[in-house]
Amino acid sequence: MIAFENVAYNYGGGELLSEVNLRLAPGSFHFLTGPSGSGKSTFLKLSYAELQPTAGRVTIFDREVRSLTRDDVAMTRRRVGVVHQDCQFLDHLPLAANVTLPLTVAGRNSDPRDLSDLLGWVGLGHLGDAKPPSLSGGERQRAALARAIIMGPDVILADEPTGNVDWEMSLRLLTLLVELNKMGKTILVATHDLNLIRQAKSQVAARVLRIKNRRIQLAGADL
Amino acid sequence: MNALKSLLTPDRQAARVVPPTGFTAQLTLFTSAAMAFLAVFALALSLASGRLADRWSSALAGTATIRISAPAEQMDTQVAAVLALLGTTPGVASARALDQAEQRALLEPWFGPDLPVDALPLPRLIELTEGNPGYDGEGLRQRLLAEAPGAVLDDHTRWRRPLAVAASRLRLLGLVSIILIAGATGAMITLAANAALSANLPVIKVLRLVGAKDSYIVRAFVRRFTLRALSGAAIGTVLAMIGVAILPRADDAGGFLTGLGFQGFGWLLPLLLPPLAGVVAFAATRIAAFRTLKGLT
Ligand SMILES: Nc1ncnc2c1ncn2[C@@H]1O[C@H](COP(=O)(O)OP(=O)(O)OP(=O)(O)O)[C@@H](O)[C@H]1O
Ligand SMILES: [Mg+2]
Repeated sequence: MIAFENVAYNYGGGELLSEVNLRLAPGSFHFLTGPSGSGKSTFLKLSYAELQPTAGRVTIFDREVRSLTRDDVAMTRRRVGVVHQDCQFLDHLPLAANVTLPLTVAGRNSDPRDLSDLLGWVGLGHLGDAKPPSLSGGERQRAALARAIIMGPDVILADEPTGNVDWEMSLRLLTLLVELNKMGKTILVATHDLNLIRQAKSQVAARVLRIKNRRIQLAGADL
Repeated sequence: MNALKSLLTPDRQAARVVPPTGFTAQLTLFTSAAMAFLAVFALALSLASGRLADRWSSALAGTATIRISAPAEQMDTQVAAVLALLGTTPGVASARALDQAEQRALLEPWFGPDLPVDALPLPRLIELTEGNPGYDGEGLRQRLLAEAPGAVLDDHTRWRRPLAVAASRLRLLGLVSIILIAGATGAMITLAANAALSANLPVIKVLRLVGAKDSYIVRAFVRRFTLRALSGAAIGTVLAMIGVAILPRADDAGGFLTGLGFQGFGWLLPLLLPPLAGVVAFAATRIAAFRTLKGLT
């Protein structure tokens, strides 16, 4: 689905990531860990074409990112659900409209029942009419997850989706991701939460990637 | 063409995803209205001076007369001399002496049909038609003085020539003003659109992140600014047309100022201004929006 070949990236300063070689196979479940500032979010941005690698090749759905036109990038993003770390919303629209925004910009209608099911699952059923600025950090994260999956994407990339929620809600969100994975979706979750990873490993064959010395390695069973 | 069609099909969703931009909206509306107002007057000025230029130019193309007053026995020789002289004057297309019947017809309105023309010591008239380029009036006067002392050149329409030139310049200036107004409108809408675009940069980024195509985002802005420019210009045009319509009328002899207005189909011309403003806004916003998007992934 998404493949990195000898990828390097820097924001203009020193190299942040280098010699990244990895493939996210269809239907796989990965966690991405690493210290704060090690480049987890950067890696995700490379994976949905917000950034282009400074060296090497990133391939999304068998197409090299550099060869994509702007419209191709838009079409690619409709197939990749992203939970951004900073949960970006349109503050003037109610939460429900924000969650269905990917459908709106794709010119598709949203089924109200699907929407209320989804909002109910992430525990936001009662907040559909609230404006994003009035929501708590955890509520925003859950809304971001709902927005990421409403299009039924093939790939879900989540950047700290449980950073601001309690353990119970974390498990709930994890279960949602595991269910989606069982439906065949490819999933990558960047997180600091080792407990969450352990919990997931009991439910699904998840692999753990770790950023260390600018490289991304597969972590062993030790964690 | 497609872009134009999508402009006309209402898309409330696309309009809603970009938050309303109150102040820029009013500014665009006001600017378009003011510019259209000015453009209507520039158009009226241009049309009026055009009419004036045409009228005065056609008067110039008319004829001049040479009046010969001489003792009866010299009359025929002087007429022949003047005709010969005119035949060799550059810039004179043709010349002929009026016969007695024609002279009588000229005098009839004043003296009635029974005037004994033969018995009166009337001057003879020679009508000359100016060529293109025209003749040198002062030179002709000098030569007439030498060859036929009783001949007087009356070229009363010639003083209008500089006025006719001025009038057509004025027409040109009016048209240039309209072009400048269109350019200024484009510039101001570009500024307003750029302000709206940068104020909404976070919104645009989110839209891109959730998979919006450039054309979708551009449409939301273009639609807004085009409709605003269109309605602003419509208001300005209507107000200015009312202003022109209630200018006092005068007959043809009236001066230039009272002639400042639209005539006949001329009233339809200002109606082109709102669509023109719409097209200008459409292009300006589209260019500005695509340029902004180019900097985003
Ligand atoms: N737009 C940018 N311009 C310059 N430097 C940047 C930019 N974005 C991130 N960085 C830097 O790149 C490094 C990696 O950032 P990144 O956000 O990928 O880290 P992260 O692993 O996601 O961290 P965290 O766990 O805190 O979210 C950081 O040192 C950050 O300061
Ligand atoms: Mg991060």
